[in-house]
Amino acid sequence: MAHSLRPAVRRHLSALRMLLVLTVITGVLYPLAVTGVAQAAFPHQANGSVVTRDGKAVGSSLLGQSFDLPKKNPDDAGEAARPDPRFFQPRPSAGAYDPLASGASNLGPNDPGLVKAIAQRRAAVAAFDGVRPQDVPADALTASGSGLDPDVSTAYAYEQVNRVAEARGLPVADVRALVADHVHGRDLGFLGEPRVNVLDLNRALDGLSG
Amino acid sequence: MNDTLAGWLQITVLIAALALTYRPLGDYMARILTAGKHLAVEKVLYRLGGVDAEADQQWGAYLRSVLAFSAVCVLFLYGFQRLQNHLLLSLGFAPVKADQAFNTAASFVTNTNWQSYSGEVTMGHLVQMAGLAVQNFVSAAVGIAVVAALIRGFTRRRTDRVGNFWVDLTRVVVRLLLPMAFVFAIVLVATGAVQNFHGIHEIGTLVGDKQALTGGPVASQEAIKELGTNGGGFYNANSAHPFENPDGTSNLLEIYLLLAISFSLPRTFGRMVGDHRQGYAVLAVMGLIWAASVALITVNELHSVSSTAGHSAGGMLEGKEQRFGIWASALFAASTTLTSTGAVNSFHDSFSPGGGGMTIFNMMLGEIAPGGTGSGLYGILVLAVIAVFVAGLMVGRTPEYLGKKLGAREMKFASLYILATPAIVLIGTGTAMSLKGERASMLNSGPHGFSEVLYAFTSAANNNGSAFAGIGVNTHWYNTALGLAMLFGRFLPIIFVLALAGSLARQQPVPVTAGTLPTHRPQFVGLLTGVIVIVVGLTYFPALALGPLAEGLH
Repeated sequence: MAHSLRPAVRRHLSALRMLLVLTVITGVLYPLAVTGVAQAAFPHQANGSVVTRDGKAVGSSLLGQSFDLPKKNPDDAGEAARPDPRFFQPRPSAGAYDPLASGASNLGPNDPGLVKAIAQRRAAVAAFDGVRPQDVPADALTASGSGLDPDVSTAYAYEQVNRVAEARGLPVADVRALVADHVHGRDLGFLGEPRVNVLDLNRALDGLSG
Repeated sequence: MNDTLAGWLQITVLIAALALTYRPLGDYMARILTAGKHLAVEKVLYRLGGVDAEADQQWGAYLRSVLAFSAVCVLFLYGFQRLQNHLLLSLGFAPVKADQAFNTAASFVTNTNWQSYSGEVTMGHLVQMAGLAVQNFVSAAVGIAVVAALIRGFTRRRTDRVGNFWVDLTRVVVRLLLPMAFVFAIVLVATGAVQNFHGIHEIGTLVGDKQALTGGPVASQEAIKELGTNGGGFYNANSAHPFENPDGTSNLLEIYLLLAISFSLPRTFGRMVGDHRQGYAVLAVMGLIWAASVALITVNELHSVSSTAGHSAGGMLEGKEQRFGIWASALFAASTTLTSTGAVNSFHDSFSPGGGGMTIFNMMLGEIAPGGTGSGLYGILVLAVIAVFVAGLMVGRTPEYLGKKLGAREMKFASLYILATPAIVLIGTGTAMSLKGERASMLNSGPHGFSEVLYAFTSAANNNGSAFAGIGVNTHWYNTALGLAMLFGRFLPIIFVLALAGSLARQQPVPVTAGTLPTHRPQFVGLLTGVIVIVVGLTYFPALALGPLAEGLH
């Protein structure tokens, strides 16, 4: 028995040694080398594309965030969020824009709860933005895959212009022009979809008001 | 530019990129797998690892090396997760629970990357980069090593030797995966993917709230996760997360990466067997199935076919990112489920019944079009053996493929190969559906709930790793059952493939005669495609009828 076991033990020991050696190369040296080059060549991206206002971080341009009014009672976890009319609003999020809870709703294509949620969102957005329910675009009614989608469609951005202009007392034409400035076309002209980064747009709005 | 034109253009550019790399990448891999000389760095690795790099192994020894290495990897990764709270860069996370650690270890070692955990709140940086990402490299290399042994079975004659596992493994990691992953990781960072060791810290938001900024060595893991057809996300949202997949450019790059090796391996095959036309025939079958799948998913999603939610919202955008839209999400979904990658840039659970059903069907095909790195090619070569056999039955001749006779022994291994995975899927799904507690894990009700369970076992047994992610699988039962499904789904087929390799290598090739079935012509491409679709269709039709088909017809 001991005789036949010996090669098997030797084989597994070799396997372990190979794994350890490969771990040093692919699991330690490789990520460290990538980090070194990334931090030297692309520090802004490598560190999360953080954007600042007056020297203070106000988010990452890649991560969506909420633009809600302050809670009436900060200690009440159950209090429903109220969108701030002075800001362009992002898409619905399955994780309330918490980066520690990235993910989607995973509701099926005929899920009754999802169909109901879409109808409710349509009514709510239409009322909030003062538009006809049929004019609310699909991305405003559906939760994204990541729950952190930083963008909205150009249609949804323009749909919010009147409401934002009114809430801020700004000329509608100025706000519309600002949106037009912030339309990000398809990457390299043909990849993905045109979009508007909500955080960038809202930061620029503050400049317009000031 | 309108959506349709842009959509077609990105598919065209992807195909052009794959076509351009087919020959150089395929030839390069053939050179890696046949070169006589070791690199200096490889010699050092062999010495440190204590392996004999000069030995030519019998198929049994090759198999024992694969199994020993994989067993050690599972144990190591399991221990790593269980002890993470004692290690550097743990971010303060607790040890992963036993059943989940087993599931995750099995998952990453088998190149599945099924995840019952949420990365950003479970795994510390060290476990991610030195545990999980290491398996992204080596499990991909194991697949390529096994297919190399199978190809040697076809090319060698009257020998019982099929190569050296340790050499194949090391060369694929050192000469292929590492340099490619390094370059593309940097490109991903340039598009916005993060790469740091900052852990999690809070920053302010524009309206004065707080938001967690979740850092980590993401780009380095993302590159090899796609390149090695692994698919395990650093974050829960996987490649839908903007830090993993920031824009349209990174998205197309990731789709390219997850297809590149598997679509180029037929060239490697053609080169090693000394007839490039054989490689083109296999490539044609892979390409046909891939193109059909992309088309079907895209059409179903664009037109919200049979989806009440899609029609009421005015578009299938639930679970999809605005920067990708429908075209780039459908392209990713088809490619990831046909390659055993399982990364997702959109959530398949919310796809239309036809689109979501196709993602399940793609995996049921056995991950062969083009499949996982290495595993895709050995899968389709086994099916080619079956196709040649079927043709032989029609004309009453002993079938032969690439000069090797397919006798009873060879057909036994090929048949066992194609039976193993469906058996795991159907037994697993059936068992789960018969248990009350396991049925309760379904998020959705009715046929869609059944599809979630069917998807889970199909994904695990075929080593894909994507999910209809609504299902709650972080339970003892699912962690254990799916963990076993992944292990059996990976290693049973590998056993049969290597046994087949050994049996082929022993033969003296028979000369080509007028009666030999040509396996490089369109006729064979059609035959092989037909055999694949019929075998899979007959195996899974009842299960598909209960899930996606029932839902689509509601």
